[in-house]
Amino acid sequence: MLKVTVDLDVCQDHGQCVFAAPDVFTLDDNGRLAYVASPDEALRADAEDAADVCPLQAIRVEG
Amino acid sequence: MASVESAASEASAGIAVVGASLGGLRAAEQLRAAGWEGPVTVYGDEPHRPYNRPPLSKEVLAGEATAAATALRHRPSIDDVTWRLGAAVESADLTARTLTLADGSVHAYEGLVAATGVRPRRLPLPGGPPRHVVRTLEDSVALRAELGDGVRVLVIGAGFIGCEVAATARKVGCEVTVVAPEAEPMTLAVGEELGRALRRRHEARGVRFRMGRLVAELGDECAVLDDGSECAADVVVEAVGSLPNVEWLGASEGGTPGLGPDLTDGILCDAHLRIGGLPHAVAVGDVARFPNPRYGALARRVEHWSMPADCARHAARVLVAGLRGEAHGLAPFAPLPSFWSDQFDLRVQSFGLPGVGDRAELLEGDAESVEGDVVYGYYGGERLVGVVALGGSKAVALAGRYRADLMELPDGLDLSPSWGSLPAL
Repeated sequence: MLKVTVDLDVCQDHGQCVFAAPDVFTLDDNGRLAYVASPDEALRADAEDAADVCPLQAIRVEG
Repeated sequence: MASVESAASEASAGIAVVGASLGGLRAAEQLRAAGWEGPVTVYGDEPHRPYNRPPLSKEVLAGEATAAATALRHRPSIDDVTWRLGAAVESADLTARTLTLADGSVHAYEGLVAATGVRPRRLPLPGGPPRHVVRTLEDSVALRAELGDGVRVLVIGAGFIGCEVAATARKVGCEVTVVAPEAEPMTLAVGEELGRALRRRHEARGVRFRMGRLVAELGDECAVLDDGSECAADVVVEAVGSLPNVEWLGASEGGTPGLGPDLTDGILCDAHLRIGGLPHAVAVGDVARFPNPRYGALARRVEHWSMPADCARHAARVLVAGLRGEAHGLAPFAPLPSFWSDQFDLRVQSFGLPGVGDRAELLEGDAESVEGDVVYGYYGGERLVGVVALGGSKAVALAGRYRADLMELPDGLDLSPSWGSLPAL
């Protein structure tokens, strides 16, 4: 099963993941990151793209 | 022809990735993701495994992060990749499919990924105070050793590196002056309006600017500008742009047919990142010059951090299909470029390609404020081609509202045949 984790202590809210995978990651109006921890398998490629473009390497995609 | 056949028939030659930074790393990962199970060899002229460069002008330069903290992690799928580090590739023969290293050894390959990036441009000025650039780990560590309370730092250039170095040097107590020919900092990337807002915020934090000026001469502990004025300096940082590392592919300015790829300002690629349209050679990252259908047919290089990953994903699939003699079935490469820049507590975050717009409009915030979040939109005609946020993560969230508009591809694209008409090899 697809599992996404974000180290929020490392995250600096660049928002790259939001553009790469908008169905998995969002920034609320205050700029805080929220994400779907168990997204649908169909979103795997998007989630992996988001992990690749995270400047802090804070995103992990497993499963 | 014999050499071509032998290179192609030796499956063990594998894919050579030239360049061991972010682009090379992502290329290796994406070759595996594209189903390539054969050997992959990554050649890098630096002695290090791939590391992250953005901290070099910020955390590493400020002494807040160690060099080791910049190491990039990699996917387990490339645990078996061969890393040939400290091994500069001197030349490539795209017909024979061989690489020649600085030590004279010749290495056959089946497929090639060019990921050699860029190097800093240097000023043709003699003498002057100790001079630095910021591109490698060693560069950053060497400059850091010179910075400190009251040290007079002259930064030449007001692009990404210039502005970031200025902010970091100021943060660690230096007296900082930035000299650059443009009207405002980061004009090329964000236009004059946002550049002006950025300059005012830098000035509020103690950085001085001498915009619209060139350095004419470097003397003892000073620079003489083109208006005759002097600017005291203990250390000079050159941040005047970069040059693509293309010489190893064979010089052929203008791309004369039959003599090799067009290496004018990077490696000219087709709409699928193939070098000269070859099925067995692709380019990724800063060094690749390619057309992006989002922004017209003109081929451009894009030196943004996000580009190597985007390029690698597309190029690896095209290359693997090409080596198998299969169709890749992909639409032309059409990435949404993105960059960010951290300067003091300020973040500049961009999505799209603002530089191709013909005007900027303030979308959010107050342009006159020196503290609040602002978002500018960049338009080519009626079309939104870029959004840049200046401020905190709230500004980034505001910029995110325009994602759908930025992702829209323009109508009536002519995707061929002009992009296919590249110089033959």
